[in-house]
Amino acid sequence: MAVGFAQWGNDLYTGKRSYNIVGRRRMWFSISGVLVLAAIVLLIHPGLNPGIDFRGGSEFVVTGAANRDQQQAVDAVAAIDSQEVALVTNMGTDSLRVQTRELSSDQTEQVREGLATAYGVDVNHVTSTFIGPTWGADVSKKAVTGLIVFLVLVAGVMTLYFRNWRMAVAALVALAHDILITAGVYAAVGWEVTPATVIGFLTILGYSIYDTVVVFDKVRENTDGVIHQSRYTYSEKANLAVNQTLVRSINTSVVALLPVAGILFIGAFVLGAGTLRDIALALFVGMLVGAYSSIFLATPLEVELREREPEITALRKRVLANRAAAAAGEPVPAGAGASTFVGPLHPGAHQGFAAQPKRRRK
Amino acid sequence: MRTLVTLGVVIVLMAAAIAAGIQWSKATATPKLALDLEGGTEIILTPVPEAQTTGQVTSSTISQAIGVIRQRVDASGVSEAQITSQGSGASAKIVVSLPGTPSQDTVNLVTKSAQMEFRPVLQQGTSTGPTPTPTATSTDAGATPAPTATGAAATPEASATASAAAGAAATAAPTPTPSPTSTAAAGAGPSSPSDAAFYVTPEVQKAFDNLDCTNQKNRTGGVNGPANQAFVTCSQDLNDPTKFILGPVELEGRHISGASSGLNQLPNGTTGTDWVVNLKLDGQGTTQFATTTTRLVGETAPQNQFAVVLDGLVVSAPRVNEIIPNGQAVISGSFTRNSAATLANQLSFGSLPVSFQVESQQQISATLGSEQLQKGLLAGLIGLILVVIYSLIQYRALGFLTVSSLVLAGIITYLVITALSWLQGYRLSLPGVAGLIVAIGITADSFIVYFERIRDELRDGRSLGAAVEHGWARARRTIVASDTVNFMAAAALYLLAIGSVRGFAFTLGLTTIIDLIIVFFFTHPMMEIISKWRFFYEGHHFSGLDPRRLGVEGVRYMGRGKVVVTPKGAAPATEEAAPKAWPTKQPVAVGAPGTTVADAPGTTIAERRAAARKAGTTPPASKASAQKDERTTTEGEQH
Repeated sequence: MAVGFAQWGNDLYTGKRSYNIVGRRRMWFSISGVLVLAAIVLLIHPGLNPGIDFRGGSEFVVTGAANRDQQQAVDAVAAIDSQEVALVTNMGTDSLRVQTRELSSDQTEQVREGLATAYGVDVNHVTSTFIGPTWGADVSKKAVTGLIVFLVLVAGVMTLYFRNWRMAVAALVALAHDILITAGVYAAVGWEVTPATVIGFLTILGYSIYDTVVVFDKVRENTDGVIHQSRYTYSEKANLAVNQTLVRSINTSVVALLPVAGILFIGAFVLGAGTLRDIALALFVGMLVGAYSSIFLATPLEVELREREPEITALRKRVLANRAAAAAGEPVPAGAGASTFVGPLHPGAHQGFAAQPKRRRK
Repeated sequence: MRTLVTLGVVIVLMAAAIAAGIQWSKATATPKLALDLEGGTEIILTPVPEAQTTGQVTSSTISQAIGVIRQRVDASGVSEAQITSQGSGASAKIVVSLPGTPSQDTVNLVTKSAQMEFRPVLQQGTSTGPTPTPTATSTDAGATPAPTATGAAATPEASATASAAAGAAATAAPTPTPSPTSTAAAGAGPSSPSDAAFYVTPEVQKAFDNLDCTNQKNRTGGVNGPANQAFVTCSQDLNDPTKFILGPVELEGRHISGASSGLNQLPNGTTGTDWVVNLKLDGQGTTQFATTTTRLVGETAPQNQFAVVLDGLVVSAPRVNEIIPNGQAVISGSFTRNSAATLANQLSFGSLPVSFQVESQQQISATLGSEQLQKGLLAGLIGLILVVIYSLIQYRALGFLTVSSLVLAGIITYLVITALSWLQGYRLSLPGVAGLIVAIGITADSFIVYFERIRDELRDGRSLGAAVEHGWARARRTIVASDTVNFMAAAALYLLAIGSVRGFAFTLGLTTIIDLIIVFFFTHPMMEIISKWRFFYEGHHFSGLDPRRLGVEGVRYMGRGKVVVTPKGAAPATEEAAPKAWPTKQPVAVGAPGTTVADAPGTTIAERRAAARKAGTTPPASKASAQKDERTTTEGEQH
């Protein structure tokens, strides 16, 4: 397998094998568009299911409990509201704290009775109250402020680094795409959104930008001085870059996803609901989508934007005219090959006889 | 090599510092865990129903208070406390959950409202006994000669002024109840906030005389008195029995734009040994403070003092020696390092709208079972093993460099987190653990980018040494750029967000920096070293850098008249007789055995010539030039 993979990597690098990713960009845009639309629909209905940390809820305190088996409390709550998994904490020496989402007053009474029975105490020893969100509006507000500042900073730095705002725009679009789809998957699965989920989303944010910067750096390198030659168009050069980073993207994604898949597996199948499962699902989906978008969305989008620049358009016309001329057997300027084979140029490698200077016959 | 030694020394020093910390300080060998993994203390705070508080306890004051408490807790470290409200309306409470067992300073940090005011001192005295009598002044002076000489000396003078003032106020006030507010309303206003004759009414004087500052009950503090009236209170310092009558508020705490703690500066410019809190006032505060100090500098003792009042108690009452026009004030008092830091923290984030008292404080268990952490670590371990297997398959022997880099990154991360939880109160939560596991991916990506670049350079026909050099120059750019973006994300979130987002940002920034350190100071120097090993530079089949596997075949022109030859399809094991496969140090003859390049269109002159020679039909015409080629043929390293 490894040998085949290495050979495949070689062919991708030399251009012997090439996937026309940038050329089929309309297709990728449609796929991404459909996915994002589906995610938006899922976010509207059924929508995300914010947990107790965001909405607040009901809290019960059992005092003087004979035993403190937390499972009993979970079962007692589940008997009243089958959807709800209570959060149980031991307090002091003989008390338990049980937190659930906000229950109606009837359900509150039933849960109190259920807890009293479960722990063998008088109903009066089970107090109930409403608690506010630990992740209140102020936390969200600050987080959003931080996010906006971050995005502006990233756009600025990318514009400076790549000397082109189009890459920053493409990276941010890819980022929005990743977050929306991940949130959509989360809504579809229907798990509660906890602070751990939000942190998972934030990690995706960093990862998606990171991945896109790595791919764009290769694109930048390959298309350096692209307008001073007449052999390849911008999109062909960019496509070569994507093909050349394909091996790296696959390796990185596998290496990054393996531990996350481990957590997701353990979290979802061994532990059940909890921080690990929440964070791992967000990460798994987000990283997968992030790896996809850096190759199939960000680069094609960047090419789409660049192809609208006058000098890049002029380059494309020049290259295509040369090829047409070469195909028709007419002499073309030296260095403007007829071949559409795109790969790194090796000094000394033969570019085909069409690339050789020809003597004009009178 | 030197960088490797330096890195090793740094790691050993860090480990030694932590070991020393365990031996002689409060450090622990493992990082401290956050609320979700370790449990902690839940403090329930109820608003103090004070008659003087103007504001009603509403849900908006509670959420305002939660915001201030959260900022204070966050500023004291990355401990990820949970703060929430309980109940609603007038019976609302605040629940603060802190990891571990918080110290009294931490409890003060969340409970004290930190309402600070600057008031002029009108009168100052010393209380000693539980039964103060109006005639106790003389016995006071005799009984306590030591603690406050100034206070004792000032008392007779002050009481003289006060009695005169009492008379004056009584005559001036038309109403039988001489409340200062009503007097002010009547038009007979005070000449200045230091106007003792106006503010020290008989009631105030009586309250002052009856106040016993040695009684613990009177020193709990609470709320400041009404802003426009005189205020009688004690000193905050438990060993200082001085009591004060203070004038109306001259400067409110909201004019403090920043506060920091530090050691005091002595007049000769050196640093002293007392902890102080440095205040920076805003524009309006600066103007007001300048006006106040201008007036007070001309007053006589004790009225040339102003008192810094915090939550109803006098922190310090310094004498004004000069006008302070620049809005920089220093509060000295009986501070310890911790209490100065706590006060500076409280002042920086403003005061709470209401005071709180601790209703209950009890231990809570971890919200996540220890099972979650164990399973999480197990999952991480499984993931790590899979990563090791994958990188060994992909990169063969080079995979060991990835693995050792990851292990080293793990060690550094562990040491840094342990050190930070000792020095900065950092606590590791389960999302933090997950973040660290994810960091494996981001760290490994740097190596993958680097290795792939080296392979690309090899495919371009460079020798390993040159490929490492060129590949590093390119990979470095990519790694720095992408890590910069990641670090910026972390920095922006850390500086602007609060709560658990802040804890996450901290972990992300930390792992990004460690990633850079590892790549620059370990992976790259190691790569340079192993690229000189025979196993790697000869491109052993299992080195992961085998040029033949990377598709380097045939003859390649390297510029400057140099040509590189790699036998096509030749297995390294059967190559004893053949010239060493590229890239060896020996010059390689054109047309090495095993070359099967046909005289086909698309081959270079050198290739065709090599093919011809293999066929034993060297064209005589080109013999000389072939020999010339042989001489100049060399490996790509000289390129």
